[in-house]
Amino acid sequence: MKGQNMAKEFELTEEMQAQVDKESPAWTFELTTTSVRAFARGVGYTDPVYFDVEAAKAAGYRSLPAPPTYLGTPVFIPGRSSDTFSGPSEGQPSINHGLPNVLDGGTETEYRETLCAGDTVSVTTKITSLEVKESKSTGKMLITTTETVYKNQATENVAAVQRSQVITF
Amino acid sequence: MSLTWDSLEEGSEIPELNKNPGVTQLVKYAAGGGDFNPLHHDYGFPQAKEIGSIIIHGRFKYAALGELVSNWLGHKGFVRKIGCQYRGMDMPDQPIVCRGKVLRKWEESDEKLVELEIWTENSEGKKTTPGSAIVVLNT
Repeated sequence: MKGQNMAKEFELTEEMQAQVDKESPAWTFELTTTSVRAFARGVGYTDPVYFDVEAAKAAGYRSLPAPPTYLGTPVFIPGRSSDTFSGPSEGQPSINHGLPNVLDGGTETEYRETLCAGDTVSVTTKITSLEVKESKSTGKMLITTTETVYKNQATENVAAVQRSQVITF
Repeated sequence: MSLTWDSLEEGSEIPELNKNPGVTQLVKYAAGGGDFNPLHHDYGFPQAKEIGSIIIHGRFKYAALGELVSNWLGHKGFVRKIGCQYRGMDMPDQPIVCRGKVLRKWEESDEKLVELEIWTENSEGKKTTPGSAIVVLNT
């Protein structure tokens, strides 16, 4: 980073803090054989269990299983999703930070059930914390931590919880 | 050699996974994962120009660590938890080695559990994506 676009000043406002812990409306996404294959191909998997339903069944799954980091792969609907990141934009908690740059900070997924193609999941998201830090290379940065809960619509069980940090600066 | 909880030794490494994604692979990942931030495919994007290159999606490296763990596990268990932090940028067409080692193994509520330290390493040996995983083994 040469740093010409660094933020010198950035403060958390009450308006930003008010977004913390606001739960988004639930949105639905389907896991499909095509979406699992596209993800597995994008990563470079060669294990047939993620591509071939017969191989998946032979390995003990109902259908193609979602690879362990699949969640976060959204269903895109024009006008209702982010054009860049493809996730839902409607009704989502968001921070009006005005910072021009974005980097991913970290991701953690906790699974309680195996999700497979054919499953439909209800997803809710909330921001769980906002933190301001400063570094020499990025200047002031805002670290937004979100928690996303994936509920299997058929069993009504929470199948997975994902926590992510996004850094804006 | 087949993977069993009994035969695992704390401190032992799991088989490494070598990655060397080019732009085409990143485009496939963007399509599969839904992240079309131009920083990962467009050299003319302002942030890419400032960095001097496009960079690999953090989530691609997370997914590569997922592949490392699922290849090792060979469907003989369940990934309970997997996480990592994106500490350093990686550029396309540079080798990345995904590695892991057994941190500890224990039994809890009749489950055979293993915690792995996992990470990606660049060609200078720097851990750009450190993380961990907890796996439940069936065997």
